[in-house]
Amino acid sequence: MVKFQIKQKMHTPQGEQWLEVDIHLAQNDFVSFFGPSGAGKTTVLRVLAGLAMPQEGYIEVDGEIWLDSRRGINRSVQERKVGFVSQDNSLFPHMTIRQNLEYACRSKEDFNTVEEWMAVMGLKGLETQRPAQLSGGQKQRAALVRALLCKPQILLLDEPLSDLDALSRLTLQDEIIKIYQKTKLTTILVSHELPEVFKLSKKVFVIDNGRIIKSGTPQEVFVNSDLSGKFQFTGEILEIQKEGVLNILTLNIGNHITKVIASDEELVDLSVGSKIIVAAKAFNPIILKVKTT
Amino acid sequence: MFGVIQPLLLTFKLAFVVTVILFVIGLPLAYWISFSKSKFKYIVETLVTMPLVLPPTVIGFYLLIAFSPQYFLGHFLESAFGLRVVFSFTGLVIGSVIFSLPFMVNPIKAGLQGFSSTLIEASYCLGKSGRQTLFAVILPNIRPALFTGIVMAFAHTIGEFGVVLMIGGNIPGQTQLASTAIYSEVEALNYDTAGLYALVLVIISFMVLFTFYYLNRRVVKIF
Repeated sequence: MVKFQIKQKMHTPQGEQWLEVDIHLAQNDFVSFFGPSGAGKTTVLRVLAGLAMPQEGYIEVDGEIWLDSRRGINRSVQERKVGFVSQDNSLFPHMTIRQNLEYACRSKEDFNTVEEWMAVMGLKGLETQRPAQLSGGQKQRAALVRALLCKPQILLLDEPLSDLDALSRLTLQDEIIKIYQKTKLTTILVSHELPEVFKLSKKVFVIDNGRIIKSGTPQEVFVNSDLSGKFQFTGEILEIQKEGVLNILTLNIGNHITKVIASDEELVDLSVGSKIIVAAKAFNPIILKVKTT
Repeated sequence: MFGVIQPLLLTFKLAFVVTVILFVIGLPLAYWISFSKSKFKYIVETLVTMPLVLPPTVIGFYLLIAFSPQYFLGHFLESAFGLRVVFSFTGLVIGSVIFSLPFMVNPIKAGLQGFSSTLIEASYCLGKSGRQTLFAVILPNIRPALFTGIVMAFAHTIGEFGVVLMIGGNIPGQTQLASTAIYSEVEALNYDTAGLYALVLVIISFMVLFTFYYLNRRVVKIF
């Protein structure tokens, strides 16, 4: 279980404001922090990791107190056992990928798992490459493995996929799911991408101006109407075409381009680039077996 | 012939010893100045940089007074340890270390201050201490700055005149360096010998700096 209360003064373009959060996470939770830039999401991660000191704070992870500002307890970043992956991957440029991974190992047992992780994450063959020679997706995969090799108690992902192209992002999302299923690590993801939040997290905290304004499952938080949807997908509007009395929307759903129709009423708050949920109410779809031979 | 070569040999011996000492002192000093939050660091930073603006004779004068056996420090060193600093090789080393300190510290400081803090934090998150991070992450990535500090300190020590003249006394065979030997030879109207020293210093300085610029570009290219 992870419990934390943080009170921290933030300097924003709008002036000084307080970040105040009080969050309890269950063991093995995968949660997301969602909200605009400057809302305080990254600050929370930095305080959890021990990279920033709050004015007041209490952090407890699996029964161990990492920070209690009232009692003067403050474990150093090295003692906290946090896996931290940032947007810029922070791989050491002078080291090869293998050296980067081995740098994270604390025991002989950790060294033995390097090969396994490289195989699982598709990094085989890249051992002797330096980070500058890798694609964005490969770098983030290596950064994820490096963060896991030091056997963290929690995994903090600070917009790790935001610099990647759509295809790499989808692949990495699958990799993160694979890692989560393998390690069952309590994970906190900071993301601006609604589809990513829906795909990866069990619970989402919407943070704005330093406060949690909403929390719950992504469906509870982002879907306002009570749909009895049997199928739901999140996506983005790429194009809106007027065809007589109807509108044809071209959508990007999970990197698949799909066209759906929409009425003028449904389009009132929507425009190209809007993030949407497409849900089909009760219906009887055609089900066919995929032939593999 | 040996008499002619000796000031040159002593010059390079001094430059080598001073560069090694400066590297050992300069690295932790630059690290402290770069990362400390102490208010005293601005005083230390100012003192380190002062030799760049002060006439060398000012530093030489103070060192001469400080280490003179007639005064406390010089008297203490001589009576307690039998160490005479003025007009000795030790005095040359101390004077040159102080005078060339900014040439070692400032490039390393610039390298450290320009280094990505996210890489340092990444190393800390992997459980590594400040010292492990310094040697495994920071120093390999600021090699061009280290290289600049080493070469600049070495080259500047070769070219030093005022401080070494004051504290060394320009004693032939003991503390006479190539730069001060030129002065003596010109005073004695031995222009050929003075010209030889001058030419050697020009060639050596050119070679050191050329090698530095050539290699530094290659070091940078690796990244």
